[in-house]
Amino acid sequence: MTEPAIATEDIARQFGDFWAVAGVDLEIAPGEIYGFLGPNGAGKSTLVRMLCTLLRPSRGRGLVAGHDVALEPERVRLQIGVALQDAALDDRQTGRELLDLQGRLYGLRRDERSVRVAQVLRLVDIGTAIDRQIKTYSGGMKRRLDLAAALIHDPDILFLDEPTTGLDPESRAAVWEEVRSLNEQHGTTIFLTTQYLEEADELADRVGIISRGRLVAEGTPEELKRTVGTDVIVARVESLTDETLRALRAVPGVEQVVASHDEVTVHADNGATVMSPVAIALHSAGTTVVSLTLRTPTLDDVFLQLTGSHLQGDASADGSDRADHGTQGEDAEAGTDTSRSAQTAAEGARA
Amino acid sequence: MVAPASAPTTALRVQARPAGFFVDVASVARRAIRQIPREPEAVVPALIVPIFFYVLNIGALSKITHDAAHFSFKSFELPVAVVFAVTGVSRASALVTDIQNGYFDRLMITPVRRLPLLLGLMTADLTLVMALAVPVVIVGLALGVRFHGGVLGIVVFVVLSGIWGLVFTGLPYAIALKTGNPGAVNASFILFFPITFLSTTFVAKPYLQGWLGTVANYNPMTYILQGLRSLIVGGGGVPGPEPAWNAAFLGQAVLAIAAFGAISLSLALLALRGRVRQP
Repeated sequence: MTEPAIATEDIARQFGDFWAVAGVDLEIAPGEIYGFLGPNGAGKSTLVRMLCTLLRPSRGRGLVAGHDVALEPERVRLQIGVALQDAALDDRQTGRELLDLQGRLYGLRRDERSVRVAQVLRLVDIGTAIDRQIKTYSGGMKRRLDLAAALIHDPDILFLDEPTTGLDPESRAAVWEEVRSLNEQHGTTIFLTTQYLEEADELADRVGIISRGRLVAEGTPEELKRTVGTDVIVARVESLTDETLRALRAVPGVEQVVASHDEVTVHADNGATVMSPVAIALHSAGTTVVSLTLRTPTLDDVFLQLTGSHLQGDASADGSDRADHGTQGEDAEAGTDTSRSAQTAAEGARA
Repeated sequence: MVAPASAPTTALRVQARPAGFFVDVASVARRAIRQIPREPEAVVPALIVPIFFYVLNIGALSKITHDAAHFSFKSFELPVAVVFAVTGVSRASALVTDIQNGYFDRLMITPVRRLPLLLGLMTADLTLVMALAVPVVIVGLALGVRFHGGVLGIVVFVVLSGIWGLVFTGLPYAIALKTGNPGAVNASFILFFPITFLSTTFVAKPYLQGWLGTVANYNPMTYILQGLRSLIVGGGGVPGPEPAWNAAFLGQAVLAIAAFGAISLSLALLALRGRVRQP
């Protein structure tokens, strides 16, 4: 069997009393796109920072390209490309200068650098702006340049931490296309964290769902969605009572009922035949229905079933909330914040 | 937005490798030097302030210092002006910006060796402070200041000043790496005042009295100014003719810079070690 590109055994990271990552086992095959899906603060960024050698695991271990991230960080760094959550660029360099410096630091010769800069620019189209200072770039251009910088040395394994957070739909689609093309053309293994269901659904061969530092489910998007049945009926109601839930559970053909605030999600194998009985059950329980929708399951339904809350707060489950992504994405992940404040605390202690 | 799928992105496969220590230093320095003209707001004051104070001081104080046959106040003050120009100029603020915006993490993920992350910046600083010393010297020459040994004297003067400027950067770098806090780095400028003013800044050592004389005896700046003044005709601040090259004064200046550097650079290296350790 081929060696996994990324493997972790009970990897965990503690900040003070808080376990940002509380023991995660992963095995990701070479050439796979693995989507790590979870809400803000779930521990996604902390895990990525451990795997790309910026943070030391408190427990367990992580292997990247067969090398231990804590014991052989230098060897890991040669194999990976990383685009962290906030495009980390130097505003006063031009895009080309930044890519050239990146190439120098990876030991590329002058001829290799000029060819690779041209290649990554073809993949990550930035146009003539490449010779302008980065401070003039839009958010989407910065993200694409960040991706180009991560690719300059042609890494086998690529870590993308929320690569499309804060991007408009067009830029997001462009990044998705680039990710797919890299994976298809180069066989690059891609570890992608995201809080967007449709991103994991679109891109990932396999998805891991993380909640509160733990992996709560793993599988292909289809496998995960099958765990909640073939169909989902979502009822938004004025007030949700125990009686409503009892009535719904009693409907023949209903497999599971999950309540969340003013919304109840009913899982069923054949939604069309269950729809009318569900409506009647709601009515007879005295529940005022605001809306009643039948649809196929999404990863958010999986998340809701596993954790009892939505992936993106009140966001709609079918991923039609794209307009909201920019503002949501501007909140830094709590895990990252914690790691920074923990670092500051450690610095205070050293002082 | 997206390149056509047929784009030949597979033409060249490269292998990442460590670039080598000196290549790393040169790469980091290159970027830092390139940034300098893009941040004129950081450089222009370092150029103007020393020249302003030099001209102001000699204009205001020359009359009361009684320029004599072997002494001239404008010669005596030129080393002070150059020390003002080179002390405290560093890339420490830019380093803090890198730390805060995550670019430092991006560098840390590359195979770059950790020491060049600091040495590259210091190389850029040395280049800049020597460049800043030159216009100050030119103003001095224009005002009639003369150096022992001509051009060689000027070169030694600029190099000694530059190395002093370099070792001083150890302090702001130590603070930048330790705290990652721009406010703390800016506050490090406060260190400039006791070091430059509790010394023979305006008055020669024999005339410093009381506690100031005692403090000045222990201040490396006293010996650095003494060494720099010994390179200038009539700049010694003591009556009588001076030797063209005063080996004792120059040696003491080098020792003072080395002693200060041993402390400041050790602090910077310790702070770097803490910063680059996997937290």
